[in-house]
Amino acid sequence: MTTSDLVSALLESIGMTDPHGLSDNTARIEVHENRVVGIKLVPGLKVEAEEGDDGVAAVISVEAGKRLEKPVHICFGVLPEDGKQHIDLDIRIEENAYASFLAHCTFPNAVDVLHTMTAAIEVEPGAHYAYFERHVHGQHGGIVVAPEARVIVHENAEFTTEFELIKGRAGKIKFDYETICHDRSVVEMTARINGRADDTIEIHERARLIGEEARAALISHIALRDEARADIFNDIIALGDRARGHVDCKEIVLDRAVAKAIPMVEVRNPTAHITHEAAIGSVDSKQLQTLLSRGLTEDEATDLIIEGLLSKKARWTNE
Amino acid sequence: MNLLSIHNLSQSFDGKAILDDLSLDFREGHIHAVIGPNGAGKSTLANTIMGLHGYTNHGGDIIFDGASLQGVPVEERARRGITLAWQEPARFEGLSVLRFVGAGSKRKDPTHIKGILELLGMEGDRYLHRSVDRTLSGGERKRIELASILAMEPRLILMDEPDSGIDVEALEHIFTALRRLKEQGATVIMITHSRTVLEQADHAFLMCNGRLRDKGPVAQIGRYFIDRCLPCAHINEPVEEEAKA
Repeated sequence: MTTSDLVSALLESIGMTDPHGLSDNTARIEVHENRVVGIKLVPGLKVEAEEGDDGVAAVISVEAGKRLEKPVHICFGVLPEDGKQHIDLDIRIEENAYASFLAHCTFPNAVDVLHTMTAAIEVEPGAHYAYFERHVHGQHGGIVVAPEARVIVHENAEFTTEFELIKGRAGKIKFDYETICHDRSVVEMTARINGRADDTIEIHERARLIGEEARAALISHIALRDEARADIFNDIIALGDRARGHVDCKEIVLDRAVAKAIPMVEVRNPTAHITHEAAIGSVDSKQLQTLLSRGLTEDEATDLIIEGLLSKKARWTNE
Repeated sequence: MNLLSIHNLSQSFDGKAILDDLSLDFREGHIHAVIGPNGAGKSTLANTIMGLHGYTNHGGDIIFDGASLQGVPVEERARRGITLAWQEPARFEGLSVLRFVGAGSKRKDPTHIKGILELLGMEGDRYLHRSVDRTLSGGERKRIELASILAMEPRLILMDEPDSGIDVEALEHIFTALRRLKEQGATVIMITHSRTVLEQADHAFLMCNGRLRDKGPVAQIGRYFIDRCLPCAHINEPVEEEAKA
């Protein structure tokens, strides 16, 4: 398959039938397996990507003071049934820069696919970095997704990330994100995942609020059916003066699925404040009966309640 | 013609009778009020008619449109045209007003849903994509509940305390919806202990201690409620002679 065909196939798998549907001034990075198959830059964005036997290493930076008006479109994927992909990212959003990334990770035919990522991310003072990651998986469940990220968010900077996997099988997901939050920084990490069959989901998210008035919210909304399992570990440690944090874990568990949530909140400064809420169980009886009284079947009502849970885009840190 | 008839309905929880041999008839196309003090069994009556979980194991029978509802699950009752507007409606995180109101609607297009919201004094563009969650005030949530009822075009609406937790302006919009439902030929049963709500009805029933105490024109029942029930020292514990009267 030619490079151009691969780009088309990757984009088609995420529902973009026209590979040129993105406008000319939209930056793009496309990686298939461990090959960079497409790249387009815009002023202010630098990308240096290197292909190796073990994966793709990319250094991405946004110049100080630059504001990327359009989200950078990223597409990582493995189209065959088998394959491995490793992405090693070094991302730096320089001082007072503003950038958002829309990433599609597509493994539509995966039977035995491994996707791993290691990322070192630095959001410099006053910068803003938003990363929205939507996964497109097939129905086999033969996919392992294991991203790891170490993030430093400097003073007055903002880092938000949202991971979404709603359609297709989750397979095995294990992510591990850690953020260090300096003075007046804002961090929000959200995961919305639908698991079924024997999918397993393991989330480790940590925020260390070392700066004064640093804020963080860790949000996990998970729906599980069949034999699926989720283990959610959300930790916030507050050290800075007047630091604020919130952990929100909501999981709907159906059939023989198992959910475990372990929020860990630690406050080492008397002026700091952290809250957490966890709700795990079947669908809420009052919600269910309300929808039944509108004529929906139990399955239709349950699906609608789950749709709501997974579509929620929480913005605790802005409240 | 009666759309709904209740025959000798009894319902008890933990050995305590909440509805006690209750028999009532509801005429089609009328707005009925069921009034009574707190604990009289009014909400239990509504929940039992709707067939909510936990309310189906009762004595007596409920006849809707000529057929018994014995053993009919809640969703099937809804499909036959019965629905319930809850006193404190559930909140749905992340679910948009459009999806919620459209869920039971025969027509799901946004223009139709928007029109219903506007009938209830809510700007469609402002509310369609809002989440039916805790960010809505009590009055807003209550009106959205009614919007979802209107969208269903039901035959029988059970409204549990339509005025609780809302302001006067929102209440006016709810009364507008009531009139709309009546124009559509629907039958409404309002559970209330509010005189303002009672005045919207064509006919009233007075319940006390799980039993029917009186029925008749709204003015007569309202007067009785104010003069006799509110000052009653035996509120919800009527003396034997009163209960039998």
